[in-house]
Amino acid sequence: MDFASSFALITPELILTGAGLVLLLWTAWAGDKAARAISLVAVLAFFAAGVTLVPGLHTGATGPDTLAFGGLLKADSFALFSKALIYLAAIGCLLVAPGFFNSEAAGAERGMRSEYSVLILFAALGMSIMVSANDFMALYLGLELNSLSAYVLASILRADTRSAEAGLKYFVLGALASGILLYGMSLLYGFTGGTDFAGVRAGLTGELGTGALFGLIFVMAGLAFKIAAVPFHMWTPDVYEGAPTPVTAFFATAPKVAAVALTARVVFEVFGAQVDAWRQIVMFTALASIVFGALGAIGQENLKRLLAYSSINNVGFILLGLAVANEAGAASMLIYLFIYVAMSLGSFTALLMLRSESGDLYETFGDISGLAVTRPAIAWGLLLLMFSLAGIPPLLGFYSKFVVFQALVEAELIAFAAIAIAASVIGAFYYIKFVKVMFFDEPTDLVTGKSGAAHWALLGLTAAIISPLGYLLTPSLNDLAGKAASALFLAV
Amino acid sequence: MDGLPILTIMMLVPLAGAIACLFVGASAARWSALIATLATFALGVMLWAGYEIGGEQWQFTERADLVAGFSYALGIDGISLLLIMLSVFLMPICILASWGAIQKRVGEYMSAFLFMETLMIGTFAAQDIFLFYVFFEAGLIPMYLIIGVWGGDNRIYASYKFFLYTLFGSVLMLIAMFWMVAEAGTSDIPTLMQYDFPAGAQTWLWLAFFASFAVKVPMWPFHTWLPDAHVQAPTAGSVILAGVLLKLGGYGFLRFSLPMFPQASADFAWLVFALSMVAVVYTSLVALVQHDMKKLIAYSSVAHMAIVTVGLFAFNVQGLEGAVIIMLSHGLVSGALFLCVGVIYDRLHTREIDRYGALSNNMPYYALFFLLFTMASIGLPGTSGFVGEFLSLAGIYQVSTTVALICTTGIILGAAYMLYLYRRVAFGPEKNEDAQAMSDITAREWAMMVPIAAAVMWMGVYPESFLAPMRDDIAALDARLASAAPESDSQLAVGAPKAEPANAVPYFESAYQTDNGKDDEH
Repeated sequence: MDFASSFALITPELILTGAGLVLLLWTAWAGDKAARAISLVAVLAFFAAGVTLVPGLHTGATGPDTLAFGGLLKADSFALFSKALIYLAAIGCLLVAPGFFNSEAAGAERGMRSEYSVLILFAALGMSIMVSANDFMALYLGLELNSLSAYVLASILRADTRSAEAGLKYFVLGALASGILLYGMSLLYGFTGGTDFAGVRAGLTGELGTGALFGLIFVMAGLAFKIAAVPFHMWTPDVYEGAPTPVTAFFATAPKVAAVALTARVVFEVFGAQVDAWRQIVMFTALASIVFGALGAIGQENLKRLLAYSSINNVGFILLGLAVANEAGAASMLIYLFIYVAMSLGSFTALLMLRSESGDLYETFGDISGLAVTRPAIAWGLLLLMFSLAGIPPLLGFYSKFVVFQALVEAELIAFAAIAIAASVIGAFYYIKFVKVMFFDEPTDLVTGKSGAAHWALLGLTAAIISPLGYLLTPSLNDLAGKAASALFLAV
Repeated sequence: MDGLPILTIMMLVPLAGAIACLFVGASAARWSALIATLATFALGVMLWAGYEIGGEQWQFTERADLVAGFSYALGIDGISLLLIMLSVFLMPICILASWGAIQKRVGEYMSAFLFMETLMIGTFAAQDIFLFYVFFEAGLIPMYLIIGVWGGDNRIYASYKFFLYTLFGSVLMLIAMFWMVAEAGTSDIPTLMQYDFPAGAQTWLWLAFFASFAVKVPMWPFHTWLPDAHVQAPTAGSVILAGVLLKLGGYGFLRFSLPMFPQASADFAWLVFALSMVAVVYTSLVALVQHDMKKLIAYSSVAHMAIVTVGLFAFNVQGLEGAVIIMLSHGLVSGALFLCVGVIYDRLHTREIDRYGALSNNMPYYALFFLLFTMASIGLPGTSGFVGEFLSLAGIYQVSTTVALICTTGIILGAAYMLYLYRRVAFGPEKNEDAQAMSDITAREWAMMVPIAAAVMWMGVYPESFLAPMRDDIAALDARLASAAPESDSQLAVGAPKAEPANAVPYFESAYQTDNGKDDEH
């Protein structure tokens, strides 16, 4: 085993580990006084780790040279693309956090917390391992590192009962999902005799035995829990609503990318020979997520809860790309993920800006009534984001649906595409409700608080990305996603 | 005009105006919107002047590969040219119509209108099928805002209905587009117009496009969003809705359904005819009993657009030309009628017909313009309405005399509801004091009415100006459709010659002989 090249391949993870450990010590000694500096160092660490991904992304790294530690990890272009997205999302969530924690919204525990940055670092490290895992054991390690950090993040406001409740719910259901996943892995190990992806794949060729099928189903169910796809989505609205908003923004973006990328890798690299077995599962989950995500959101008054349903709905569209089960489908899924991350980050940032004079956050439709009159900049930003989420051209959200549906139709899954796109009209209903409340209703003038530069910058950046200007990004985005998807398929 | 991307400039001017309007005060927003729309209109005139009649089919083409998956390709033929001209012509008038009527959030309002103009030009000029879809669908956003923010009392219901109805119609079309592009290997509209899709697939593709365009046109029974949207929208919103947005449906049939799926279009012509016949009779009768002026004109729009669809599916030159002329004429006339409603609505703030009456006494000039547009709507010879309806009905007569007969009743009913409206508003006893106290049209309103009146008369007296640019395109479309053209029931059938001449007196041999016998006796 060539350790030098293995370590070179996991440079981003090493940077994150080093930064995480150093910052942990710093936190332990300096406490919350250094929180601001710690979050800045964490951002720098993510940035440095991100920079190391660039060469591999450009050349489209693939093949045996990307295997580290005897095939435990694989730093191919697919993993690099996912990591880049995860780091970007993490940077966004670090930047918006101080404005939240330093205001009334944090309740009794006002003040930026140093652990926040450290936990985000470790969670992102876990995700890095998840997306580059090439072995079920490595996968599980990464998943648990991510999940355990996330449970703590959800309940970071100890004095806030909602936050504590969200953390507990997330922990109980997440642990259940991990158990299901682990059980599936053990079945696969028992019936195929390996834990590495190639080995399990080799054992799954030909007729699929009942035991192995159960293993496959349990693994898929566990993964569906992690990406919050119907019918394993029930925890999402509660956790999203209860968790502090910057944490919710994090949950809606980075772990979603990691879990979806992980699912894609598992279905193609492990179950690649059994496409028909997993495809129907993914198809059902995808359609069910789209429909339930849209229907569930209709009656919601709480904006965070509504965005939770919206994320379920979006996961459905992402899974549609997966269900195509070819390279174009995988590429469309990655493009969708990129645009989804930008839209979610922007929407949650906008929610963080709905503050009272003292900094309390407003979270319901009633509070943002007539926002276009009182705070036009936030309202127009949200308008763009909501129309983009609804997939209305010329916003970039349309492009994400465009690539997914194009891949579906080219793979002759037309009926499937027609049902999904018709359901997307139901989704449009609640997205335009946002616009209706902000633009058509009488102003309440509750949102009066000022927001920090970080919030404005992030809202402006995401709005620019999803505006028609974002289409100028699509050629390079297509190129990178195409390389990443082909790395996923060349490996098979 | 080589090198100057005039179509892009025409889209950028209103876009720049739209962005500027967001950041300036009310008065500055009005002026910058007016200047931007007038500049765009001037560019439109240049476009028309530079358009070479009888030249290449697609002129002013531009192409840039900015986006992965489709390309930014623009270009116009004669039909697009005329519809773009209609849009840029109506826009400054819409801005004038909103001058005093819109008092709240003026900057955003003007911005929405200018953004709309960009999108409409883009829709008519797009040469890439996905680019078309982007522009086509994007129009929902500004229109949703225009109805929702500046509309009447029931505006929220109307805006939701408008948005979801039209969105639902369009998404299936997108799926069909993906299939077509995968099959033909290109998203270029001129290439797709010449591509022969398999007959079985054409049926499904045609239905998917029909779902979208039938809602947009709108055809009965998909029209129910239109009266709500029209009634609730502000005056200028109704003008744009009736003047241009409804034309998107007709344009869609003309550009996509007919040339791309000629066989399916012929197979489904009966469906279009049936729905259109119902629309003509039913919506005309509904219009007859309306108490709300805007609703009446909205229903009359459905009836007029039904004659457009009938003309389009006549599969001959007269029908197609007539359909395009009606689209142009209806864009002008119904737009002008909504302006006429707006003029008195601004004064009395009601659309109730009974609240007016005898306006010809105190508003003679207004009554004059209103009469002209009423007559044009009915289709009086000398106005644009006559040219279009005559050509369309002549075209459809060649295909089916029954359809022509029933659609012609639309003109009679049209005269009934329009003249009845006019009588109640402009003539009759002076029953409402406040209505009698209204002042005649102002200079700004003159500036809105005169150009439309001039265009209506021009199109009515010398339609050749409008027929000439599109003649080659219609001929090309007709040639494309020739193979699928349906049987006609009104052509003279040449049978076998009769044995006897037609004027031969029938007689019996025996009777003749008897007569002869009698003669002999003498």
